[in-house]
Amino acid sequence: MADSQEEKLVSIIKEKFEDQVVLVEQLYDFLTITLKKDKIVEIIRFLYDNPETKFQFLTTITAIHYPHTNESRTVMGQASNIVVDTPAPEGKIALMYQLHNLYSNERVRLKIYLPESNPVVPTLTTVFSAANWMEREAYDFFGVIFEGHPNLKRILNVEDMVIFPMRKEYPLEDQTRDDKRDEMFGR
Amino acid sequence: MENVITTQSGSKVTLGEKPEGYEGAGFFATSLEKVVGMARKNSIWPLPFATSCCGIEFMATMGAHYDLARFGSERLSFSPRQADLLMVMGTIAKKMGPILRQVYEQMAEPRWVLSVGACASSGGIFDTYSVLQGIDRIIPVDVYVPGCPPRPEQIIDGVMKIQRLVETESLRRRDSPEYKAMLNKYGIE
Repeated sequence: MADSQEEKLVSIIKEKFEDQVVLVEQLYDFLTITLKKDKIVEIIRFLYDNPETKFQFLTTITAIHYPHTNESRTVMGQASNIVVDTPAPEGKIALMYQLHNLYSNERVRLKIYLPESNPVVPTLTTVFSAANWMEREAYDFFGVIFEGHPNLKRILNVEDMVIFPMRKEYPLEDQTRDDKRDEMFGR
Repeated sequence: MENVITTQSGSKVTLGEKPEGYEGAGFFATSLEKVVGMARKNSIWPLPFATSCCGIEFMATMGAHYDLARFGSERLSFSPRQADLLMVMGTIAKKMGPILRQVYEQMAEPRWVLSVGACASSGGIFDTYSVLQGIDRIIPVDVYVPGCPPRPEQIIDGVMKIQRLVETESLRRRDSPEYKAMLNKYGIE
């Protein structure tokens, strides 16, 4: 994607949603726009309908948990202020939408941040039917609540699971094993 | 010990060992239990429950080179209702646990279970929230085959250990109080 195309896309978004854009950056040659969470569905709808953008294919939706974003912590005995990621305006759970314009082969990544305590966002199924299962997956693993989703229940994990396993506060390992003694793993 | 005979075409065939019994001219008498045990042992119908790379090794085990048919197990049963031996080969996710258990419950007695590979036996490298940490958490297992994945020789060794069980166990194992208590522990029946 040529730089001019990207600049044009950014200017189209900024023209209408200037107040929503938090950060525009290139991550590994991939245009990434961090937005405020309030108008995300409206913005994606606008990118879908606008004849200048035509982002009519939803590549993926997923969530990311950044537990240490904008937080000072102690590393190797030294207190240091580490900025792990880009500024998180509202919270530690990021939601990432990746859109594709199949006419011009342009791609864009949109990112919003949600608070850990109450990660609620309106559903994107009103724009893309394909968002249905992707949002169920994000709910299953990160506990993001998609308001207005027609069938928001777990999709991959067992139905009686009570945790959101990809959140960093939950341990990866199966907690029902009693044969793995810590001393054997240097813990 | 080995009883080798030469056929008319000249090939040598090793006969299996005779059970204990009385032999005379034209007759051989032994206990019914031993005869039935021998018959069962040499006609085990396995149900392959293969989910990953151990299943690939199982395919090699069934192929011409290793050939489980030599042990009387060439007839795979893809319905649990006619199967004698449940061979679980591969990672069992927690979500698949109830399905595996249902397959086991659908098998008729007498039934045996062979757990092939590290994943089926203990969860293997997948010590994680989504994987069952060994199938013996939901169904009883008779023989475990270690390996990641085990070679066909190891799977055959496991089947031979199952054969040994089939041959020597009492004919109506299912009536014994130990067996019933064991199944009760798993909440079956």
